[in-house]
This record gives sequence, C-alpha cells and structure tokens, in this order.
Amino acid sequence: MSLLSVNDLWVSYGAIQALRGISLRVEPGEIVTLIGGNGAGKSTTLRTISGLLQPRSGEIQFQGQAIQGRAPHHIVTSGLIQVPEGRGIFANLTVDENLQLGAFTRSDRVAIRKDRERALELFPRVRERLKQLAGTLSGGEQQMLAIARALLARPKLLMLDEPSLGLAPQIVQTIFQVIREINREGTTILLVEQNASMALQVAHRAYVIEVGEMIMDGPAAELAASDEVRKAYLGAH
Amino acid sequence: MAHSAPETPAKVTMQSAETRRSHDSIWRGLLPLALGMVLALALQFVLPAIVGQYNSRIVMDIGIAMIMAVSLNIVNGMTGQFSIGHAGFMTLGGYTAAMLTYYGSLYMWGAPPAHGHFLGAGEWMMAGACIVGGLVAAGAGYVVGLPSLRLRGDYLAIVTLGFGEILRVVLQQTSKVIEDPAALKAAKWSQLFPPPVGGAIGFADVPKYTNLFWVYTFVTITVVVAYRLKNSSLGRAMISIREDEIASQAMGVNIARNKVLAFVLAAFFAGTAGGLFAHESGVIISPKDAGFQRSFDYVIMTVLGGRGSITGVMLAASILTALPEMLRDFEQYRLIMYALLLIIMMLVRPQGLFGIHEIWQLWPGKGTRTVQKKA
Repeated sequence: MSLLSVNDLWVSYGAIQALRGISLRVEPGEIVTLIGGNGAGKSTTLRTISGLLQPRSGEIQFQGQAIQGRAPHHIVTSGLIQVPEGRGIFANLTVDENLQLGAFTRSDRVAIRKDRERALELFPRVRERLKQLAGTLSGGEQQMLAIARALLARPKLLMLDEPSLGLAPQIVQTIFQVIREINREGTTILLVEQNASMALQVAHRAYVIEVGEMIMDGPAAELAASDEVRKAYLGAH
Repeated sequence: MAHSAPETPAKVTMQSAETRRSHDSIWRGLLPLALGMVLALALQFVLPAIVGQYNSRIVMDIGIAMIMAVSLNIVNGMTGQFSIGHAGFMTLGGYTAAMLTYYGSLYMWGAPPAHGHFLGAGEWMMAGACIVGGLVAAGAGYVVGLPSLRLRGDYLAIVTLGFGEILRVVLQQTSKVIEDPAALKAAKWSQLFPPPVGGAIGFADVPKYTNLFWVYTFVTITVVVAYRLKNSSLGRAMISIREDEIASQAMGVNIARNKVLAFVLAAFFAGTAGGLFAHESGVIISPKDAGFQRSFDYVIMTVLGGRGSITGVMLAASILTALPEMLRDFEQYRLIMYALLLIIMMLVRPQGLFGIHEIWQLWPGKGTRTVQKKA
C-alpha cells in the first residue's frame, strides 16, 4: 500500500484552475520529487495535501485513509508534515521555542527530547543558536531550523517545499545531504523543487508537473537522462 | 508549560522530574498570586495615607487600565489580530455586574448604597458580580471571535468596532432603573426585558465597592494568567499564529480554536475590569462607554507597550492613564500635549516601549533584538 496516493486532484483559486487532475503516489521509504517551473502547481499540490487548500475534486489517501478536506491540524497529527515554502519560521521566537512548536501536537516528552537531540545532531548550526531569535539567523540556518522543527513533529512523510530557495550553493549541498540522511533513517520524503538537477540527484522517483498537469514520471535517474527534461529543466542544449 | 522548564540533569529519573515540574508549575502560579494580594492589601491601607485620596483614585484607574491593556494584548499582541472593540466587552461586563449588585443590594438590604465594611458582604457580592460580568463578556467574546476565522486586519477591526457600537445603541434602548425595593419585589420577570439599567442617561447609584485591594487583586490574576499563558505551549501556539499563520497550521496548531480562545479570554478579563469600573466611586456607567473612543485608548496602550509584552503594556497603561492627569496644569492645551506625546513616543519607539520583550529581558546580555517582520 502506498504511504500517500493522490488521485485526479483538481484545485482552483477562484476562476483560475491551478491543478487539473494531478495524480501521484509515494511509497514508504522513498524520496519522491515534484519538479516543474514557476506557477506549475507544485506548491499548490503540497498545500492541498497538507490541508491548507481545499481541492475541488479528487482524492488524497494517507496510510489508506482519505484525508482531503480535513483540517490541517488533523493531518499533522497523522504524521504528514510540511515544511512550508519560504521556511515559515517564527521570527520573534527563539530557535528553541520554534523547535518546541514543532512538537506542538505531541505530549510524549521523553521521545520528544530524543527527537530534538537527533535533529540537533543533524543540524549542529541550529544547536549553536538555540537561545537566539529565529529571525536573526541566516537564510540557510532558517531553512535548517524549519526542517529540524518539522522533524520534531515526528513525520511519517516529510514534505519539503523548495528547500533550496534563495540559498547559496554550498548550503544547498548541506541541506540535501541531510535530507538524504533523514530518508536513510526511515522517513519518507516528498520534495518540491525548482532546482531540478539537485532534486533528481537525491530522489528515487520524480514527477514533472507543467501548468497543473503531470506530464512525466519515472525513476529520477531516467528522467535526468531524458532529453525532454534535460532541455526544459536542466539547462542542456 | 513544563516545556519551558530548564533541561533536567541526566541523573534525575524521568518520573521524579515530572512530579517536580508539576509542583513547580503550581507554585509558579500561586506564589505571584499571593504576593500580588499582599501588595494589593498594602496599597489599600498605605497608599491613601501617603498620596491622598485623589491620587489613590488615579492608581485605581491605572489598575483597571492595566487589566484592559494586558487582556487586549492577548488578542492584539500575542495572537496578532486587531480588535478595537475591547471597551464593548468591558461595558457589557460592567452593566452585568452593576445590575447584579444594584438589584441584589436593593433586594437584600432595601437600598443600593454600599453595604458593609472592607471585605464585607457587599464587596464579596461585587467580586462575584465582576466574575459573572466577565463570563457574560466571555460569551460575547466567543461570538465576536468567530468572524476572526475568516477576516483579518482591517476587516476584523471593523467587526469588533461594530460590536461596541451595536452594544452602545442597544444599551440606549434599555428602560429606567427601578429605585423602590417594593416595586422590585413586585416586578415580574418580563420587566427584565429590556433590562432596567437606565437607557441613554446611564446607570447611576451603583454601589461603590471598588477599592485598591480588589482592583489590584484582579490585576494580579490577569497578569499571572497572561504571563503563564505566554510561557505555555498554548501561548506559543498563539504567538506562532501572529508570526506566520501558514507555518503555524503546518505545525498542527488549530488556528481557529486558538483565535477564538484568545478573544474569549481577553473578553473575560475586560468584563471583570468593567465590573470594577462600574463600582468605582463617582462613576455613572453609560452606553457611550462601549463606544470606540474608549476602545482606542486601550489599543494605544497595547501598541505603545509593545505587542505581546505584558510588562510593556502595564507601563503604557500607567503612563497613559496618569499623563492626562499630570497635564492638567496646562488646561486647554492638555489634550494637544497628550496627542503630541503619543506621536513622539511612536516615532521614537515604533515597536513599543519594550518591543516584544518583558522588562527583565532588557538588561544587557539577556536582551535580544526585535525582528521586524516583513509586512
């Protein structure tokens, strides 16, 4: 059984049809990436899955349960966690408080402390800044904090929305390494990226989305080698 | 709440750490409460002798303003919404409490004037009435809070403003106060609609029970609750709504529930403040108290104090209540100076007196900069 399966998802913003029948599935243990240009509908797809947007029609199943139309906080409790685009850290709270909010839906203190320790091991730079206000961190550190915070919710499926956005190439490398590491430890990942070459390197499978429609899917390595993807997203001639 | 507790040393077993934390948290609530009540008692007996009746009255007004500003700060400062109808909740609580004590006194003792001495039956009746007033206001807070789920910013402000104005108009339609105990005993329940609370001229002859002790006891309760809330996981959830609604939802915060809860809590305390205000000597509560002018005074206090800073808005409430009194020497220029001082304060400290911080976080080494968030 797929961990997540999306069937024929239609979403609109008023009169604008943003998604036209998107389908995808994510198997346990995978890194799946969703690539595509600006305005293709990548973020819309993630936001609909996590309940921030309501679909017009279609079905979203997580662990075999239909979750479309449920409130975001219910979806979070079931283990589907999103790192929002633009990081969405709480600027006027300390890094530590941001992490505490990550575990907001949990009450198992012992396990939370363990997860916190693990998240800080993955991101030592975050540990150095625990008492600082989150808004004073650099862009890269904020992205690290956003991922660390999401880990504290103990995700079964972690959805990352453009983690490379606006970051220096070196930081992007670090973050993608950690994403791989998180996945190796058993967390399934759905990654939305504009940086297609990075995304295709770490992912097992990929979907290509264009103006609200899925145009291609397959193993990441195959897509990275295909002419169409290379021309459109990887800058090859 | 226990989330904010410092890391426990590794030696201590989890079990005992848990128990100790829960004891800690009870003490952290009760101790300040006891201290606050001792302070309130001290104010009651010492202050009038030192600064005189007139100034004591101003200190009492400051206390009521503090309750209003600290409670409004839960909505405007912590949760990041914009309510400008706080005086509406205050007036609703005030009228409810006044009605209870006035008619209660008339029924039981045959006359409305203050009954009994310090901490006597009358004062306890007033304290109970304040709490009932708070509960009624909280109910209204729930109703007014509901639109906050769909509206934000200016639009929500207009709804809250509308609440105060509607209440003002409704109160103007109420009927005359019943002054005769015999008439009260003969009155039928149907005469309660519309309630006999004086209509447009206001509700006069409310017994005068409010004193420094009661005001500062309620101030203490409000501040302790606000402070404990701010440092609890519930409070952090509210602050996260202010900081970034989408991220807050992504963390599993039920933003609908939290927004309404903020309104309900704030309205409760505003209702109790209204009760205290109604029983202050020399006050006739009238429908215009629910209007937007008074609401604006409290919004100014929270803005000037800094959003989310409890000590900041307490200081702002003190300054802005005392300032017009201190400027009395300037007679007709008084309000102009008040307005100018406000403008200057906003130019110099746009983030509020303490920003988002509490007073003790301002000492060197502990202080952290306020991060100005993008609009």
